Amino acid sequence: MVILTIVFQARSGGVFLNAVNLQGILGLLPEVALVAMGVTLLMICGEFDLSVGSVFALTPMSMAVLLEAGWPFLPAISVGLFVAMAVGFVNGVLTVKFAIPSFITTLGMLFVARSMTVVISGGFPPLLPLNVIPKWLFVTYVGPGDMFRVSFIWFVVIAVGMTLLLSRTNFGNWVRATGGFLPAAKSMGIPTKRVKIACFMICSLLAGFAGTLQVMRLGAPLPSIGEGLELQAVAAAVIGGTALTGGIGTILGGIIGATLIRVIDNGLVLSQVDANWFKMALGALTVFAVILNAWLRKKAKSIKVETGK
Amino acid sequence: MNSDPIIQVKNLHKWYSGVHALKDVTLDFSRNETVGLVGDNGAGKSTLINLLSGMQSPTEGEIFFEGNKVSFKGPADAMEAGIETIYQYNSMVPTMSIARNMFIGREPMKYSIGGIGILDTKKMAVESVQAIADVDLHLRSPDALVGELSGGQRQGVAIARAMHFKSKVMILDEPTNHLAVKETQKVLGFIKSLKTLGIPGIFISHNIHHVFECCDRMVAMARGEVVLNKRVEDTNMTEILEVL
Repeated sequence: MVILTIVFQARSGGVFLNAVNLQGILGLLPEVALVAMGVTLLMICGEFDLSVGSVFALTPMSMAVLLEAGWPFLPAISVGLFVAMAVGFVNGVLTVKFAIPSFITTLGMLFVARSMTVVISGGFPPLLPLNVIPKWLFVTYVGPGDMFRVSFIWFVVIAVGMTLLLSRTNFGNWVRATGGFLPAAKSMGIPTKRVKIACFMICSLLAGFAGTLQVMRLGAPLPSIGEGLELQAVAAAVIGGTALTGGIGTILGGIIGATLIRVIDNGLVLSQVDANWFKMALGALTVFAVILNAWLRKKAKSIKVETGK
Repeated sequence: MNSDPIIQVKNLHKWYSGVHALKDVTLDFSRNETVGLVGDNGAGKSTLINLLSGMQSPTEGEIFFEGNKVSFKGPADAMEAGIETIYQYNSMVPTMSIARNMFIGREPMKYSIGGIGILDTKKMAVESVQAIADVDLHLRSPDALVGELSGGQRQGVAIARAMHFKSKVMILDEPTNHLAVKETQKVLGFIKSLKTLGIPGIFISHNIHHVFECCDRMVAMARGEVVLNKRVEDTNMTEILEVL
């Protein structure tokens, strides 16, 4: 990351690290990173969620439609987030009840939720009545030199909370056990089904919240936001060291992955590289990260075997 | 210590969608005794164990634990009562540390709300070191991943876990499967040590030699029924092989 920063700083003629650009990166980061955190948690639990991109759009759209209908802000955002959790709940219940791969359940949900977003928007995105949104609570700039948006604070608080949840609570232990080796978790009496459903709900909720942040930043709920985000989130989790097989990974890793993706995206643009190279870089990085992880794990194992006994 | 059975099963039946897996099984497991349960694949051993460990419920019949009728709704219930089951593979999560594996599902917590709370990691580390030392197992650190341990060491940790939670009965479901010879000896050693600790055990195995080596009583099952139930000194290998 340091290397990338230096390269981009040089290539962009000093723009990369200037305050305005950092402000831009830090403003965008929470949105992607929140989604990545949720996906990371779910992947550690051994499941997948491809519907986060759609939930990212559906949640703020539900909120916007209600706001337009004259609802006050608090109930509207609550309903929006409730919708997100409901989607996660449905994903979870379908997956564990019928024992089907979550890849399929959430692939279906990707289309369903996206479609619902367009339907409730009625084809024309409603205008956000800006005067009722407490912008100071979510998107205004704060901090020294207006470096952060308030959303960044939300992000930090949630990130710390999620990290503690995963590493310091019994629930986190159950999540890891469920994803690490399901039969063992079951035989030790962990309610694995409920753990999975809870992870689906948390993942969806974070995606919905992230989408809401983006919409409040942009000021208009487009039904198309978050398209392709699900794969970026998976990429972020994987770059951060989360194993597709479950049981392995950290929230911090997911955040680092998301940050790397943002930095590359932004850096490439500033380096005046054709923006279409972004996905190529993202793809290469993902594969590279997994290979590196596998190699490191093997290396670590052999070192341990040698010094063991 | 009283002499009445710790577990009694009466007229136990289990049907799996048309298959009669367990036919009218009645057995007593007394205290101070390690029982060997042998039988071919599909003889009903695992079904019986699943019922005792709370993984499944019987279609018909009753289970008594320490004289009281019980009906376990899940493994957690059985563990709560004091029946600990150690499976051939699936009692440990390889991607987690020893300390965390020790306490899966029974984590000590500093404080909690609604069953979810902050782990007492210090207590977990200290107690798991103690528990492992108690079964005479020497491991470098409670933070080592279980995936780095050998099969025998894993079974050792599983047994240490059962001891730590003061289980009253230990069920060992094929604990020696897929283990190297040395490792197998180690696990058999653990099983023998159960007796000295006064913990009754039920040891399931394909390998009749292993069972003879460390059990007091033999129960053989075939086609869902108990076909032999004798003290080890009253039977021999040939007789058991005949009834199976």
